[in-house]
Amino acid sequence: MRLFPNSSTDLLPREAAGETWLAGVIAVLCFIACLAAVSASSADRAAQGWARQLRAEATVQVRPRVGETGPTAAARAAETLAGTDGVTEAVALDRRAAEELLRPWLGEAVLPDMPLPFLVTVRLDPDAPASAVTLSRALASAGLDASVDDHAQWRGDVERSAALITILAGFAFVLTAGAAAAAIVYATRAGLMARRSVIATLSMAGASDAAIAWLFQRRFGLLAAGAGAVGMALALLLIAGVRFLGGGAGLVPALPLAWSDALIILPCPLIAAGVAMISARLAALSRLSSPVGRERKLA
Amino acid sequence: MPDRFENLMPLSPRRAAVPLASSEPVRLEGVGFGYANRPDVLRDINLVLTRGSFHFLTGPSGAGKTSLLRLLTLSERPTAGRLSLFGSDVTDIADQEVHLLRRRMGMVFQDFRLLDHLDAFDNAALPLRLAGQRRSDYGNDVREMLNWVGLGDRITARPPALSGGEQQRLAIARAVMAGPELIVADEPTGSVDPAMADRLMVLFQSLNRQGTTVLIASHDENIAARSGATVLRLDGGTIREGIG
Repeated sequence: MRLFPNSSTDLLPREAAGETWLAGVIAVLCFIACLAAVSASSADRAAQGWARQLRAEATVQVRPRVGETGPTAAARAAETLAGTDGVTEAVALDRRAAEELLRPWLGEAVLPDMPLPFLVTVRLDPDAPASAVTLSRALASAGLDASVDDHAQWRGDVERSAALITILAGFAFVLTAGAAAAAIVYATRAGLMARRSVIATLSMAGASDAAIAWLFQRRFGLLAAGAGAVGMALALLLIAGVRFLGGGAGLVPALPLAWSDALIILPCPLIAAGVAMISARLAALSRLSSPVGRERKLA
Repeated sequence: MPDRFENLMPLSPRRAAVPLASSEPVRLEGVGFGYANRPDVLRDINLVLTRGSFHFLTGPSGAGKTSLLRLLTLSERPTAGRLSLFGSDVTDIADQEVHLLRRRMGMVFQDFRLLDHLDAFDNAALPLRLAGQRRSDYGNDVREMLNWVGLGDRITARPPALSGGEQQRLAIARAVMAGPELIVADEPTGSVDPAMADRLMVLFQSLNRQGTTVLIASHDENIAARSGATVLRLDGGTIREGIG
């Protein structure tokens, strides 16, 4: 595989086998890094969606006072909450609806005799949701004994899980970038060894260490950019396939993919080239200035 | 071999953006040198090469000729004494500064050290390219130089496709291309026939007449004697005599 045409005037001769191997490794690493980045983005989007849903709802449990039935108390609570700022809708959950929710888990037998809580489901204004404190105060003002659950605990769990997935994906991204850098450092050192006679000639003809290092920088920068583009293209194909096959939610509804994810991985070739150039420069300069490298350079 | 080879070099040396030429390109004072854990190869070398001088360095194999040239090309550092190049003490020069001095030298190696992946044109142009000059600026000069050394019809050939004599001439073309103040050549006639050797000597003499200091290491004392240059005889690690 030759990613770029061989320039007949390139001062550094090509090492076809080694560079093909390196290009393949970088392409695979970039592919993995792209998937890690997309996973992080997808996890973050999913978490944001779940948190948004949880933030837009609250559940109120009403405890009827003496002389008042549960359904009456729940209806009164719903009426009170519906008139509260930051609430778009409040609906008392009647017993039949509550039984419908529980039937799949408890079955028919025990439901008729089971005491069920009197609940009010509250939809909050997504732009300016009422807080749990506001809802509690409104209920207390109406003389209702009730407790409000704004799903804060669930929301926290979801956000923490998503943050963990994002961190893991970011860690995977950093690891793959590090692996790419290590491969390039190895290739640069091997390249210096393999081309020591060329480097000695360049040095004798007046090339500085920085100029020799630049040759490796340029070579591996271009190679990594090309390999990064291949890895990115493969990742784009995978994303497109998942999107086309699975629709808007992708094949994994828990981790929805968006076309905008493609934008995240577009800089991959540039990042790969940057990592490669920095790694190659540091490796070349380090090698050239070491006693072993100096001996070879000046051989 | 074309007659033009006998003529003076038609090309003005491309000396640009270099410090003023030194009156003493090379000065060695009590220089000694030895490789690690081995006896000294060179001992108490005192030598001055003035600007525009032409010297031969002769001596038997193992006398230290190549080691002395490696000191002059800054491939090695003296273990004793002081070495000055172009008027500057370079005994302890930092590696980062070596390339600046090497750009003022032209080196011809016994094994040519051509870049096999480049054609004759790019090999000859190497010092100019490394000095940051543009192809459009030096293209004509390089072609002229290659014509002058008899490689005008081999410009696009790569070294493996050239004969030993052609490679030797290409190596010399590269060495003189940037108009160096000092030419250091190690057995430059070692791999060519006597007729070619004489022609190459004419080339060095032509350069010397233009003010370039030339030092040639050779075990062939006959060609040294025929050249009329000052002959330095290196034996047992020190310079025994100077003839000429």
